[in-house]
Amino acid sequence: MSEMTINLKVWRQKNAEAKGGFMEYKLNGVSEHMSFLEMLDVLNENLIKEGRDPVEFDYDCREGICGSCNLVINGKAHGPKHMTAACQLHMRNYNDGDTIVVEPPRAKAFPIVRDLVVDRSAFDRIIEAGGYVSVKTGAAPEANLIPVGQDTANEAFDYATCIGCGACVAACPNSSASLFTGAKLSHLNILPQGQPERDKRAIAMVEQMEKEGFGDCSNHAECEAVCPVGISISAIAQMRRDYMRAVL
Amino acid sequence: MKLDPKIPEGPLEDKWSRHLKDIKLVAPNNKRKHKVIVVGTGLAGASAASSLAELGYQVSTFCIQDSARRAHSIAAQGGINAAKNYPNDGDSVWRLFYDTIKGGDYRSREANVYRLAQNSNNIIDQAVAQGVPFAREYGGLLDNRSFGGAQVSRTFYARGQTGQQLLLGAYQSMMKEVHAGNIKNYPRHEMLDLVKVDGKARGIITRNLVDGSINKFEADAVVLCTGGYGNVFYLSTNAKNSNVTAAWRCHKRGAAFANPCYVQIHPTCIPVSGDYQSKLTLMSESLRNDGRVWVPRDPKDERKPNDIPEEERYYYLEEKYPSFGNLVPRDVASRNAKLVCDEGLGVGDTGLAVYLDFRDAIKREGEDAIRAKYGNLFDMYENITDENPYQVPMKIFPAVHYTMGGLWVDYNLMSNIPGLFVAGEANFSDHGANRLGASALMQGLSDGYFIIPYTVGNYIAGEDLSKVDTSHEAFEEAAKESSGQLDKLLSTDGDKTVVEFHRELGKIMWDKVGISRSKEGLEEAIEEIRALRKEFYENVRVPGESNYYNKYLEFAARVADFFELAELMALDALDRDESCGCHLRDEHQTEEGEALRNDEDFSYVSAWEYNGVNGKLNTTLHKEDLEFEFVELKQRSYK
Repeated sequence: MSEMTINLKVWRQKNAEAKGGFMEYKLNGVSEHMSFLEMLDVLNENLIKEGRDPVEFDYDCREGICGSCNLVINGKAHGPKHMTAACQLHMRNYNDGDTIVVEPPRAKAFPIVRDLVVDRSAFDRIIEAGGYVSVKTGAAPEANLIPVGQDTANEAFDYATCIGCGACVAACPNSSASLFTGAKLSHLNILPQGQPERDKRAIAMVEQMEKEGFGDCSNHAECEAVCPVGISISAIAQMRRDYMRAVL
Repeated sequence: MKLDPKIPEGPLEDKWSRHLKDIKLVAPNNKRKHKVIVVGTGLAGASAASSLAELGYQVSTFCIQDSARRAHSIAAQGGINAAKNYPNDGDSVWRLFYDTIKGGDYRSREANVYRLAQNSNNIIDQAVAQGVPFAREYGGLLDNRSFGGAQVSRTFYARGQTGQQLLLGAYQSMMKEVHAGNIKNYPRHEMLDLVKVDGKARGIITRNLVDGSINKFEADAVVLCTGGYGNVFYLSTNAKNSNVTAAWRCHKRGAAFANPCYVQIHPTCIPVSGDYQSKLTLMSESLRNDGRVWVPRDPKDERKPNDIPEEERYYYLEEKYPSFGNLVPRDVASRNAKLVCDEGLGVGDTGLAVYLDFRDAIKREGEDAIRAKYGNLFDMYENITDENPYQVPMKIFPAVHYTMGGLWVDYNLMSNIPGLFVAGEANFSDHGANRLGASALMQGLSDGYFIIPYTVGNYIAGEDLSKVDTSHEAFEEAAKESSGQLDKLLSTDGDKTVVEFHRELGKIMWDKVGISRSKEGLEEAIEEIRALRKEFYENVRVPGESNYYNKYLEFAARVADFFELAELMALDALDRDESCGCHLRDEHQTEEGEALRNDEDFSYVSAWEYNGVNGKLNTTLHKEDLEFEFVELKQRSYK
């Protein structure tokens, strides 16, 4: 097993108001089998032992499904590997002596909490505005009374796989949340269960997205390129169609 | 301590409906006068919160994640059981009940498990109406598959991410109620204590994880949905932030902790690769539908797996269990993996792995068909291990996955503290000594959507709940205790990190309170846990301060609770001088290594009462006898 030395440049910032900056760290003994986050764990263990403050970053499942991690690595959300969340990125993608720059996702709508941790509650508020089917517990009909063709079910599923990490926002030159909002909206708007609220949902979610301070979409498709679960920008087209349909 | 399970009288199939008939109701205009706190927003928490809010209660939700949608239910891969019998293969509520109680090795309550099976179908209806995209057949109707030891196809699934899709449904339903003003949602808040007034649960103390402030919240009832405690082992399939703290603090306030030694070790996880390892990744056991588990017959065989001819491969599950083969329940599969590795037949660098081979399935069905079923799991595997499972067999090993034990609850899911309800993995109620695959999602949602909304109402309607607010001295005291504990951890100027302590604790637990246990090993474990806990308080180093976002401070407080829980788990495993389900005592097994139950002496729920820690954990065992009126207790056999 080969061990590497990695040079890290990590964004450190005490809170949303404080001025932040890069700090440099040299980390020895990095195994190729470590995940990127495990490499940061090792850095933190070293920092704690030296009496310094560890680097704060968000994570939970470390399986690529909870969407907590959201690092921007060498300028790319979730790092170099296609369709891979940062927690599933392994150090075998790097070489001995590499310098790696680690930053938080930068967007006005995602204020920094500390270091690499940001506040993504804007996403929750977009869902709150209309990202649901209004069915109360107990009121549901027998499940097989709602047939859904396989093609429709699969298309809805592709959108439903969004893990809400915010990489799309980080990658967008306009800091737009269109891919997230489009995916969430499209999942419900193309299913039969979502039809009664389709127009209302489109207006509410799109307007909330704007209210949160995300930029608009100008078709760069950077979001699709970094999405760890491969959401297609057709979600944005669907969102725009549905929004126009609703307001016209 | 009096533990009355409050199981309704009458025939099994009528117990729940009779109970509902007797349950007290809160008038619609009165509901909005009552506050309910829901802690945790996984499947149980989000579904309970949205359902209570729809009824009109003022609900507050708390979670440690930055969004309610990220609770660890999200990581469940395989599926959710229901007794719909869509495939027409003979399933029924009775059969789902029977399989679940048998799977739990007859260490759960008949009445609770039957109700779970009854509720299962409603869950599927509810989820589909919310837009949860379950797998469908060409005709547009729902598809089912066989899963984890079931001989019928009753598992509904959503590719390899059933947990995420069900949680998004429950979360969206919850956000709908946030929008309606019926739920106030507090993300990045950790519950640090339960506040009791006049013996009843009347509120909680939380720490705002962003600014470090300690906050007080009052309510008429508290619903704890904070998941399991598998992370006591340090390495597990749980998310890194999953912990026992909320449940343990309730235990310290008097809630009995039931069956703490029942831990499920999942058979199909990616093996450990090094000391830096931070967690273990589960490969859904649906893989066992098509993958064949084997090791080389010759322990010295160093050939690559594909070079080993058929007759030199030991398909140990198929040979030992001809009728269930690779689909034996999780505990049986895990134990056998350990057995073959103990015999020196394990593979990989560490010798702690077995093969899960898809060669024959690919030959039979084609690579595309296998990709359609398991594509995302195969990708995940390749990403982590750098090996292509379409070409070489996967290497797998068991890992801690789920904890069947938890806070003791009665039939209403209320703990022995009035007003404290416990749902989902955090309670002990439905899985006995072993949980079957695709049953966790079912239980979390059954509790949250279809039990808690009724039983919390029944409690509120029947109690005299005089007004309490957070200026009450009980809140002051609890808040002071919580911040005092954090200050103490920060001021211990030691030189070992929290992670180092946690890793050491996990190793003791894995070696001696893991897949198999013995009297000798457990007694050693108890001594080792006590010694390490003492060292923790003298020598831990926690960085930073308490008035800002400080994850290692959060960890330190959680590990402190794991240290106490660990001792309780070992004590419980020591008391349970039998084998049952996932709890295998070396002293009690058949010649073939199967768990040997002792129904005469151990057919009880162990419920432990906390009496403080003074070098050792002081605790009192109470027993709730399990009575079986409707099923006959049998030795489990999967041969």
